Amino acid sequence: MALLSKKDANLILDPLADNNPITIQVLGICSALAITAELKASIVMALSVIFVLGLGNVVISLMRNIIPSKIRIIVQLVVVAALVIVVDQVLKAFAYQLSKTLAVFVGLIITNCIIMGRFEAFALGNGVKRSFLDGIGNAAGYGIILIIVGFFRELLGSGTLLGFAVLGDPIAKTGLYSFGYENNGFMLLSPMALIVVGLLIWVQRSRNNALIEEN
Amino acid sequence: MDKEKNLYTVLFAGAMVIVVGTILAYLASALSARIKENERFEKQQNILYAMGVNENEGDGSVDFIPTDRVEQEFTSYITDQLVIEGDKITKDDQAYLIDIKKQLDILKNGETPKLPVFIGEKDGEKFYIIPMYGKGLWDAIWGFMALDEDMTVKGVFFDHKAETPGLGANIKQRYFMDDFKGESILAGTQYAGIKVAKGNNDPVNTIKDDNEVDALAGATITGNGVSSMISKTVNLYKDYFETLRNKE
Repeated sequence: MALLSKKDANLILDPLADNNPITIQVLGICSALAITAELKASIVMALSVIFVLGLGNVVISLMRNIIPSKIRIIVQLVVVAALVIVVDQVLKAFAYQLSKTLAVFVGLIITNCIIMGRFEAFALGNGVKRSFLDGIGNAAGYGIILIIVGFFRELLGSGTLLGFAVLGDPIAKTGLYSFGYENNGFMLLSPMALIVVGLLIWVQRSRNNALIEEN
Repeated sequence: MDKEKNLYTVLFAGAMVIVVGTILAYLASALSARIKENERFEKQQNILYAMGVNENEGDGSVDFIPTDRVEQEFTSYITDQLVIEGDKITKDDQAYLIDIKKQLDILKNGETPKLPVFIGEKDGEKFYIIPMYGKGLWDAIWGFMALDEDMTVKGVFFDHKAETPGLGANIKQRYFMDDFKGESILAGTQYAGIKVAKGNNDPVNTIKDDNEVDALAGATITGNGVSSMISKTVNLYKDYFETLRNKE
């Protein structure tokens, strides 16, 4: 990364692991539960949030010196809502099928606490370039967890990945199913997303003891 | 100006509303023609899909007639569009544009709704296609159902606004929609509809005379929504179906 100084590169790299928005800051859990039953939805959501948070951080950072502090939360909300609606309308006009796939995510993006969190904690106090990198990094850190959770939930819950039957056919009993394997329907339900996230947090902290809080 | 002053805050809020409002209003009006056209094509695609006119290959994905051909195919396959208004049945080429949700609201107010029926013809077979509208877990669900004169389902199409991906959203998957084919909406002489049933021990739906299809795991409420949508719609069209069956 010769393009970025070490400090700037860390803005992207930190949220991917040691300062991950989901597993360390425990933000954005609601959408991590809601849409990770299949891998494709996780990927779509990850890309959407990268786009919205990257752009939103830039807009907020540009406006940071003129936003009155009393109504800054409302301003942030307006910015993210307007961005999402613009994207939604443009997609509806030029990529209708894609917009239908994304429709369910629109509400989840606007209310994603990571987005508001980064606006408030970073973009309001930092320059445009650093805010952009921070937005991309945090959204990517969120996306990685989403994709990992989506991978396990779809594989163990439905026996498919991105819709392809990777373990064989559960009804015709081919592949793994011929040995008596069954899909775990529990994995499709939201509580299992929380348990998978919990396991990820456990794995991450046991590998890096510095992350464990002292009471 | 001092950023902490109330006047500044009010002015900023006002300016922000005007700027954002203008951008969104401009965008909405600039794109509305395209969006409307997309929605019109989608309706035609959905109606054709229900009667089996689609580009499906194998047993995987749902593939519609592409938008550049759909208008032409729609006029060639759909021979008649009817509007039922009480006892009156009229022909109307624009019937597919009727917003079924508005009509159900009209019905709720105790007035007579306009109910569209699309009559399609493919390989000498006649299809009677009706629109459906109901409630899923989070938001609206809707669809179309193609029937023959014996009230056997020839095909369905479902869609939803915001059901959970991987769970309720799977009502628009091939494996769920295909299950309805061959089921009858009649149980004896009663218009029973079709129930999305849990634990009916018939996962690939080989039993076609039980008025039931196998439910989706983890999507109980969406499934119940589909059941009640079908039974409500069938009830609405009951009188029209009676005339079809008596015609034979």
